[in-house]
Amino acid sequence: MPYRFPSDAWIVELSRLLNESPSYEGSAKDWEGDFIFVVEPDEAYSETAYLFLGLRHGKSTGAALLSSSDERPAEYRITAPFSVWRKVIEGTLDPIQGMMMRKLKLAGNLMKIMRYPKAAKEIVSCCADVPTEWPVD
Amino acid sequence: MWTFVSPRIVFGEDALDEISTIGIRRALVVTDRTVRELGLVDRVTERLDAAGAAWEVFDGVRPDPDVPTVLAGADVARALEPDWIVGVGGGSPLDAAKAIWVLYERPDLRPAEINPFIDLGLRGRARLITIPTTSGTGADVTWAIVLTDPAEKRKMGLGNRENVADVALVDPAMAAGMPPRLTADTGLDALTHAIEGFTCTWRTDLSDGLCAHAAADVLEFLPRAVEDGADIEARSRMHHAATSAGLGFGNAMASIAHAMGHALGSVLGLPHGRAVGLCLPYTLEFIAREAPDRAALLASRLGISSASGEPGARALAAAVRNLAETIGNPTCLADAGIPSAAFNGTLDKLVDDAENDTQMVTAARSPSPDELRALFVALYDGNTVSF
Repeated sequence: MPYRFPSDAWIVELSRLLNESPSYEGSAKDWEGDFIFVVEPDEAYSETAYLFLGLRHGKSTGAALLSSSDERPAEYRITAPFSVWRKVIEGTLDPIQGMMMRKLKLAGNLMKIMRYPKAAKEIVSCCADVPTEWPVD
Repeated sequence: MWTFVSPRIVFGEDALDEISTIGIRRALVVTDRTVRELGLVDRVTERLDAAGAAWEVFDGVRPDPDVPTVLAGADVARALEPDWIVGVGGGSPLDAAKAIWVLYERPDLRPAEINPFIDLGLRGRARLITIPTTSGTGADVTWAIVLTDPAEKRKMGLGNRENVADVALVDPAMAAGMPPRLTADTGLDALTHAIEGFTCTWRTDLSDGLCAHAAADVLEFLPRAVEDGADIEARSRMHHAATSAGLGFGNAMASIAHAMGHALGSVLGLPHGRAVGLCLPYTLEFIAREAPDRAALLASRLGISSASGEPGARALAAAVRNLAETIGNPTCLADAGIPSAAFNGTLDKLVDDAENDTQMVTAARSPSPDELRALFVALYDGNTVSF
C-alpha cells in the first residue's frame, strides 16, 4: 500500500522500517536526537508540512505529522522544498550532496551529526523503501 | 547540480617563483620540522624576502595533525595578522594550514565545527597558498581537512569548499628529495585518490578524466620514481599526477579504502599513504562482487583488462597489488609489521571508526559491520576478498 508524502502515515511507516533495520540500529546505536523534516511549498506542492521523527539509540521512538514546527521540540531540522524531498526519497539526490549545495538546509548540532554518516545513509535508504504516492501524480 | 572547486594552480619547473608576484605583505608559513630541516621552507622564505614580504614560520605540525596543534597555529596567526597563510609540506602541514586559516578567520568556531554545510565567510583577513612537498596527498587542491581527535584516537573528516586554497604552487623540485619509501607510500596515496575518485558514488563527468589520467601516470611512473629518485621525468609526472588525483577525488569523494585507512592511521599509527594503499586492492575486490562496473571501466581505460563486471574490477585490484609488490611495499597488515595482538586488540575500534568515517557514505557497495570486520581480517592476513 503506498503512503502519500507528506503525511502522518508516511512518516510512521518510515519509523517502522527504521525499527526493522539492523543496519540503522548498528550505525546509530549511540545516537540521541530527534528530527523535524520541513517540507516547503513549491510549484509542485502548495502546503508546508512538518514531519517529526524521534530517534534514540538505534531505534525510532515515534513519528508524526505536526501542525507546526514548534509543536514538539527536536534537536535537528532539515528544510527543503517538496520537489527536493521527492528527489531525495526517489534516490536521485544524495541528501548530503544536497546539503552541501544548500538544496536542503540543516539546522542543529552539525558537529554531532557529522559523526554518524552511516546512520544518515541508512535513514535515506529506508526513505526509499517506503512505498510512496506523490500528490502531484 | 554539483560544483567543481580548484585553486589557481601554478605547476611545473620554477612554479615556486610565483610567490614573488602575488603581492604578499605578511605571511604565516605553516609546516613541520622535517620539511623545515630539509631546507624546503628556506626556498619559500627566500622568495618571500625577495618580494619584500614579512613572514613567520609555524613548524609545530606533527604527522596526523591534531586539534591542539591547529589551535596553537591559529594563536600564532592571530598574533601575526598575516594576509597570506602558506602551507608547505605533505598532507599534514597542508591540512593544518587550512584549519589554521579557518580558525584565524573564524575564532568563534571549534575545529570540529568546520563542515561543508555552513557558510564560513573566509578571505576577509587572509588567503591561502599550498605548496606540496610530497607527490601523493592532493591536499594542495582539495578542501578536505583531516584532523585527529587525540582523546578518541579518531580521525575527523572536516572541511568546507571555501577553505580550498587560492593558489597551489606545484613545483616538482619541492618533492625531488623524497626517499624511496616516502615516494612509494605517497604515490600509493595518489593512486588511491584516483581510483576511489573514479569508483565512488559521487564521481562526476568532470572528475573522471582527472582520476583516470592520474591513475595511468602513477601506474607508469611510480616504479621509476621509487627506483631512481633522480629521474626528473618520473618525479614531475608523479607530482602532477598527485595534484590531478587531488582535483579529481576532491571534487568527488574517496571511499572504503580511505575510511579503513583513516582508522588504521589513528589506531595503529600507519602512515596515511601506506594505509590507504594497503586497503585499496581489498576494497576493490569487495566492490567487485556487487558493484564492479566503475572499477571495470577504469581497468579498461587503463588498458589493464577489457573484461566487464567482476573480472574487470578484480583485474584492477590485481594491478594495484602488483604495483605495491613492484615498489617493495607490504601487501598486508602482517607484512607491514603490525603484531597480531595489536591488530586483534583493536579490531573492534577499527571497524567502528571505519564504519563512521565520512568517506564510507560514498562506497559503491556499503559493507555491513560484519563485512567490514572480515575486510580488516583479510587485509591483515593478505587473503583475497571473495565475499
